[in-house]
Amino acid sequence: MTNFVGWIDDRFPLTKVWNEHLAQYYAPRNFNFWYFFGSLAILMLVNQIVTGIWLTMHYKPDAAMAFASVEYIMRDVEWGWLLRYLHSTGASMFFVVIYLHMFRALLYGSYKQPRELLWIFGMVIYVALMAEAFMGYLLPWGQMSFWGAQVIISLFGAIPYVGEGLAQWIRGDFVISDATLNRFFAFHVIAVPLVLCALVFLHIVALHKVGSNNPDGVEIKNNKDENGIPLDGIPFHPYYSVKDIAGVVVFLFVFSIIVFFAPEMNGYFLEKDNFVPANPLKTPEHIAPLWYFTPFYAILRAVPDKLGGVIAMGGAIAILFVLPWLDRSPVKSMRYRGMLSKLALGIFVISFFALGWLGMQAATPEFTILARIFSLIYFAFFILMPFYTKMETTKPVPERVT
Amino acid sequence: MRKLIVMLFVCLPSLGFASGGGGPMMSANVDVTNTASLQRGAQTFVNYCLSCHSAQYMRYNRLAEDLGLTEDQVMENLNFTGHKIGEQMKIAMTGDDAQRWFGTAIPDLSVIARSRGADWLYTYLMTFYVDESRPFGVNNVRFPDVGMPHVLSELQGVTHAVFHEEVDEHGQTHSTFEEIEILSPGSQTEDEYERTVLDLVNYLVYMGEPAQVYRRSLGVKVLLFLAIFFVFAYMLKREYWRDIH
Repeated sequence: MTNFVGWIDDRFPLTKVWNEHLAQYYAPRNFNFWYFFGSLAILMLVNQIVTGIWLTMHYKPDAAMAFASVEYIMRDVEWGWLLRYLHSTGASMFFVVIYLHMFRALLYGSYKQPRELLWIFGMVIYVALMAEAFMGYLLPWGQMSFWGAQVIISLFGAIPYVGEGLAQWIRGDFVISDATLNRFFAFHVIAVPLVLCALVFLHIVALHKVGSNNPDGVEIKNNKDENGIPLDGIPFHPYYSVKDIAGVVVFLFVFSIIVFFAPEMNGYFLEKDNFVPANPLKTPEHIAPLWYFTPFYAILRAVPDKLGGVIAMGGAIAILFVLPWLDRSPVKSMRYRGMLSKLALGIFVISFFALGWLGMQAATPEFTILARIFSLIYFAFFILMPFYTKMETTKPVPERVT
Repeated sequence: MRKLIVMLFVCLPSLGFASGGGGPMMSANVDVTNTASLQRGAQTFVNYCLSCHSAQYMRYNRLAEDLGLTEDQVMENLNFTGHKIGEQMKIAMTGDDAQRWFGTAIPDLSVIARSRGADWLYTYLMTFYVDESRPFGVNNVRFPDVGMPHVLSELQGVTHAVFHEEVDEHGQTHSTFEEIEILSPGSQTEDEYERTVLDLVNYLVYMGEPAQVYRRSLGVKVLLFLAIFFVFAYMLKREYWRDIH
């Protein structure tokens, strides 16, 4: 066996990679609940790719056949219903996991120096994931698939001068049509997944270069023993590999409850209207994107001007990219920050949930006012961050993790 | 801020999806494990629905498999369209004919229960009433001005909808639905008709996702497996982490 590994090692850095990234990659020993979501995100990515491959074997990317082929998968393909539900539930749960993963970064300042690039890679993954989900949602070719895509792509039309032409170029037609479906299929099954896998690789390379942050925000590399091993670090394998297995099982338990007992999640994961085949002549009364887009959809609708709304929606995502430079706090973790930061994060989370809920409702005047208030709070969290993080008094950060 | 919170709580109960139409929603307690009810529902479906409506994703042999029937029983009692046992529940009427005769395309019913919901379908089928102003002489409380005739009227009888009319301070009349009265009974009593509709809705819910009974039974096994797996995963973690704490 050693001879065999030696033979490989002479030709490929197998042992080196294994040690650098698993057996001798030192992670802080004080990871808590919030640190499960990185490995769970990889689990969801693999789930989406594997179930996606099998769905592709039976799905027909053709406007005349797409809806029927999904029902064919649900009824006539062996285990097709399970593949489809694993994929549809996986899409929503991927976002649940990613949002919790991002919240962890906000909570413990994981985007702060030296992890700015790690955060930016993560943000690009998030944007790519949104594109992936948006294009995937067109494929079942239901009413919400069609009209959701119609609404979102028409937003490009708000861009001055080139807008209408750009929207047409994206659709490949004057309206959402077979041409759109076919190209979205191509992007959904090959282009974006390739980009996603490459980005995830870069995200992990960047992580292993700077090392993981932890709930105390203490750099474990500042305290090393005589062998150069961080005193508060433990090898990722076996300690976190066995811990993550337990986390994966708990997650799969929740995941399975949804897949087997509530795959529609009462309309939140599979919308009721999407069980009606796409009909270009019949606009549904109420068009709402899936829950993971609704906070941004609410911001879009909160602005009275179409172009302004598009800019606000884009800005809501873009501002996350510069987060590392907005935060002026001398400490990373929320544990050692002052009241202002804690309050700001708390209100931000409430406004994000509120916007998410408002984005699902029909835009009545009352709701529009609420959406405007919460949009302002959303942006205020970022724009005021340089001030409140600088003003407040922080608690002393311990030398070692607690 | 307090106002906002109050507003949020006031609005929360409306969380859900409006499906349009008026009147209260009656609740249908469907049970897709009740095979006898599904068989009765299937019978009503092929006799009353499956000539204008298709169920083009549902195969006849799947019916046999799931409803505890032999393929011969299905061919004799449930297949009046002349299709083979392995074929889907298709109809002869074309979309153009439907447009000409009913003024609208007639929806396929394969997944109607998934878009409308059981309660909506139950309420809809219970609340047809006579309205001479409509082309087919009937209207519906749940789906006002619907283009569909009351195909089950020979069972339910001739019905009348009682609306409670109220004039508000602006002088506008609001009418709220109260109940359906039977003017002259059909071949079924009120209780029998309720059961017929319930069976039919139950069948439509089954047809929306034929794998659902198996899905739930498999889910129980998967959760049991994961629960046992967790005990081992957790013990393994504890064993390794003994020297860390």
